[in-house]
Amino acid sequence: MQNGLFEKACFRTAGDRGLLVEYGDVIDPAVNSKVRSMAIAIEDNPLKGVIEVIPTYRSLLMIYDPVLTVPAELQNLLETLEARLGDIKIPPPRTVEIPVCYGGEFGPDIDTVADANQLTVSEVIEMHCEPQYLIYMVGFTPGFPFLGGLSEKLHTPRLETPRTLVPEGSVGIANNQTGIYPIASPGGWQLIGRTPIKLFAPGRKNPFLYQAGDRIKFKPIDAEEYTRLFEKEAE
Amino acid sequence: MKVFTVLTPGGYTTIQDEGRYGYQQMGIPASGVLDAFAFHCANLLAANPENSAVMEITVMGPRLDILAPVDLAVTGADIKMTLNDQPVPTWTSFSVKPGDVLDIQQVKSGCRAYLAVSGGIDVPAVMGSRSTYVGANIGGYEGRALKAGDVIKCGQGKRQDRPRQMPVDLIPAYPPELTIRAIPGPQDDFFTEGLEVLFQSDFMVSTKADRMGYRLQGPKIKIREGMPKSIISEPTMPGGVQIPADEQPIILMVEQTVGGYAKIVTVISVDLPRVAQATPGDTIHFERVSLETAHALYQDQQKKMEELKNVLASR
Repeated sequence: MQNGLFEKACFRTAGDRGLLVEYGDVIDPAVNSKVRSMAIAIEDNPLKGVIEVIPTYRSLLMIYDPVLTVPAELQNLLETLEARLGDIKIPPPRTVEIPVCYGGEFGPDIDTVADANQLTVSEVIEMHCEPQYLIYMVGFTPGFPFLGGLSEKLHTPRLETPRTLVPEGSVGIANNQTGIYPIASPGGWQLIGRTPIKLFAPGRKNPFLYQAGDRIKFKPIDAEEYTRLFEKEAE
Repeated sequence: MKVFTVLTPGGYTTIQDEGRYGYQQMGIPASGVLDAFAFHCANLLAANPENSAVMEITVMGPRLDILAPVDLAVTGADIKMTLNDQPVPTWTSFSVKPGDVLDIQQVKSGCRAYLAVSGGIDVPAVMGSRSTYVGANIGGYEGRALKAGDVIKCGQGKRQDRPRQMPVDLIPAYPPELTIRAIPGPQDDFFTEGLEVLFQSDFMVSTKADRMGYRLQGPKIKIREGMPKSIISEPTMPGGVQIPADEQPIILMVEQTVGGYAKIVTVISVDLPRVAQATPGDTIHFERVSLETAHALYQDQQKKMEELKNVLASR
């Protein structure tokens, strides 16, 4: 076992239409990269009877039609595909830049994050914009990215009382995680800024801007730029 | 064409079809009807294409002003309804004309009823489906449950010369005590006595039972010594029985995409409609079956639906 990667994938029964395939047992970029590669390989080499493939931190869920296939058959096909993985071209992950207006009314908790970590607000912004965050998984709400790579110097506990409504586009921190709320929803994360970009637009040709396995880089913008981009998105 | 004005919306009435597939990896749950069997039957009775959108009615039905000459059919829960104050039966199609008032009242047994309209309910498809997902305000009628004053449209359908009727022996009963079949996994290895407790006990459906999940009450299901209390978040399936920190099972339904708790068993597909018809206070007993049995039952049901299609079309 290397970096938490299993030598052999672990298959689990998720009911009569689901097969769960685990590639490791830790949250780790190497395991997630394997999941991503397998998801792309399946997409390019469709397996008979597979309806949907859902990649997450360290596993894939395959939803299948039991009239067309059975798990034993899928397991064989998947192991064959895995053995050929070296020959399949996997495009490199994309890095998606997300502009964020930090602090002020958009980031009401930025002082809390700064104080909790003995930093200035501009240090918080600088540190938050530094990494290329890995999107381990998307879920919870449409387009909500679970990101890895937040600097330890920014870890901050959740709010004691969650907000009943976090505005769309809010960027937050909760313990060792950072993320963006693509739609308005209740939430307990410390809000440090907001993006004017629509992360989920059901009517757009591509409703989402990224997928699991891609990376996100935050770029600080001022209020004027926020307004300009917000109006452009509304068109 | 406009077909209904909603006079009163009922308990929780949404537009649904089979569901929105292919987007769970982006955090969009399938949504769609909870009782797929009753849904398919409603469309068969209204002589509709298979995946036509219907109204999913919860416990209390809507009162509708009819605006067009169409055929209707209501299936699922045993529910009282009247057309211009005269009783009309469920599981049978009937014709209506402009000016009629259909009053769908309270369920007598079961939880959800399905109203199909010849031509199907016409709302814009969002990401390939007409299903309402209230959590993200998408699909259905403006992404929400129906309200008084909403005007609902339908497509162009075929009218029938005579009613289509479901064979009586094929109409499901919805008793308050149910045996639900389930397959161990995906995390059955997290439990030892927990599995025995699950299969040997009765669980009561709590008041927290909706399209996201059915919370049950009963003996505690303990995770085995030495295993973590949560798992790395992973995708969920409808029917997955999750054991959260309070050790009380939750049967996951159609509005959930990921979860971080171990799932001890998964309800088999053919029994999910029966879970969907359970109401708070009902008793659920889990019965262990193998994957092979579940697949045989699934295929058997597909065959029966094909037969039913032919029977209803010839009536």
